[in-house]
Parts: sequence; structure tokens; C-alpha cells
Amino acid sequence: MSTQGLDLQCRELVELVTDYLTGVMPASERARFEQHLLQCGSCRRYLGQMRTTIGLTGRLRDDAVPPPPVAAKLLDAFRRRKQGGAK
Amino acid sequence: MGTADADASDDLALFARLRDGDEAAFEALVRRHNSMLVRLARARGLDATAEEAAQDAWIEVLRCVDRFEGRSAVRTWLCGILVNVARAGARKEARSVPFSSLGADDSDANGASDTHEPAVDSSRFDLQDGPWTGHWAKPVPDWPTPESAALTTEMTVVVQRAIASLPSPQREVIVLRDVEDLSAEDVCGVLELSDGNQRVLLHRARSKVRAAVEHHFSDAISNAGKRSS
Ligand SMILES: [Zn+2]
Repeated sequence: MSTQGLDLQCRELVELVTDYLTGVMPASERARFEQHLLQCGSCRRYLGQMRTTIGLTGRLRDDAVPPPPVAAKLLDAFRRRKQGGAK
Repeated sequence: MGTADADASDDLALFARLRDGDEAAFEALVRRHNSMLVRLARARGLDATAEEAAQDAWIEVLRCVDRFEGRSAVRTWLCGILVNVARAGARKEARSVPFSSLGADDSDANGASDTHEPAVDSSRFDLQDGPWTGHWAKPVPDWPTPESAALTTEMTVVVQRAIASLPSPQREVIVLRDVEDLSAEDVCGVLELSDGNQRVLLHRARSKVRAAVEHHFSDAISNAGKRSS
């Protein structure tokens, strides 16, 4: 590998990953980013790891446990509101 | 996308029934979204009182159910209510607690731009002048591919812990964006952040979580090395 076309440093690239992944990057910067990726295995792995991280974070949403029953306090509040404030 | 859209329209239908006083619809909404509100409350730093904050938010939902205009998704609106309720709670507490003992408050949500926290520690890069300056000093190591369920669970636990240790503005943004899958625009609205700040907070949060996973694996690799020697 040569440094040709690597005017973007790895150190700069890692700061741009979120903008790149959200697609808010101007086309010229995007091209520079992708040009760097073509030539730099470490940054390709880094980007892949950021994608993996985002995927793992998303898994925190699907709770394996079913939701607990709705708290009695809330159902009471609901019924009180219905009796009191019913229009 | 398809299921998210279907969920959003289910939410709207449930919400319409709630307005008409349908208890089952209320229960269904709470079952669906309470864990999201609890996660958001935790992300605000209300670890001990997160469940309580979520309950307060639901009571507030009942109070202002007629004010929902459908301009945002139900989920986004619920998050906004939780944030408002938590803020009101914090203000009440602030009156009884000496000011100096209040930790990171939402006032430092703008702390995004103050100190420069690099995504990757600068020691990882070649800092000497030359053609390679700013490039990785050592190649970035591969991660094991999370193909087994056990490894995925292990990595998810690492991610969860890493998120729990983030400062609260970063934690809130990553929870809403990457866990709850809210749009950048919605997150800016809920947390009252500028788009730029939101992006910086998200980037820092994701970078730190990635680093935590990397750290976990490098520990695992060196421990395995020790064990076999
Ligand atoms: Zn690179």
C-alpha cells in the first residue's frame, strides 16, 4: 500500500464515521472517505466495527423478557381520570 | 422499515382508543413503551428512580392525552413527556438539595463542543512527521465475528455496560438513536439539542462503546494467551 490518495488521515477518518454512516456528508468528502477506505484495511475494519457496535446497541431494544403487568398505580390513575374528568 | 411503520400506525390506533377512554388501549401502550421510557430515564441518570419517572410520565400522558396532535410519532411524543416530567422533578429536587451537590444536569447537554474527546486515543496513531503521520501505528485487529448466540449475548452485555457508563447527554442520544431508533430530528426535538451537538454526542458515544468492545476482546485474547502458556 502507498500513501497516494491518502490525504485523509486515519485519525481524521475515525472522526467522520458517524457523518458517513448517517449520509450527511457532502459528496466530495464522501469520495475522499471512500478513497481512503479502498486503500486502508485498518479503517475498513474500524468502520465495520462501528457498524457491528451500532447493530449490537440496537439489540438492547428487544427485551427478551415480556413486559411486567401494568402497575396498579397507573390503572388507578386511568380509572380516576375517567370518572372525574370524563367529558 | 415496514414493521416500524406498522408499529407506528398501531400506536396511533391505540392512542385514539385511549382518548375514548379504553383501558385496554392504555394498558397496551404502557406494555409496549414502558421499557423505552425506563431506559430513557436511566439514560438521564435517574438510575434509582427510573421506574418511578416512567410512571409519572404515564400519568402525565393521561393528563394531556388531548394535546397530542399527531405531528410526531407516539413514541417520540412519549419520550418528550418523560423528559419534561424528569426536568420538572429535577427542578423540585434542586430546591431541596444544595446546588453544588447536583451532578451533571441537562445544562451540560451542550458540553458536546467544549473539550475535544477523540474517537480513538491518539496513542493509536503514528504521530511522527512523515508520510504516515495520523495513520494507524499498528493495524486495527479483527473482531471475532458474532456468529454464535453466546458471543452475541456476551458482546451485547459489554455494550450495555459501556452505555451505562457514558455521561448522560451522550447516553441519552445513543439510547434514543441506536436503541430506540428515533430519527436525528426527533432526538433533537426531544432533548432540545442542535443537530450539530446531537451528532457530536452520538459520535462520541458510539466511539466509546466500540472501544469498550475492543477492550473486552483484547483482554479476552491476552487472558487466553496467559492460560495456554
Ligand atoms: Zn486508514
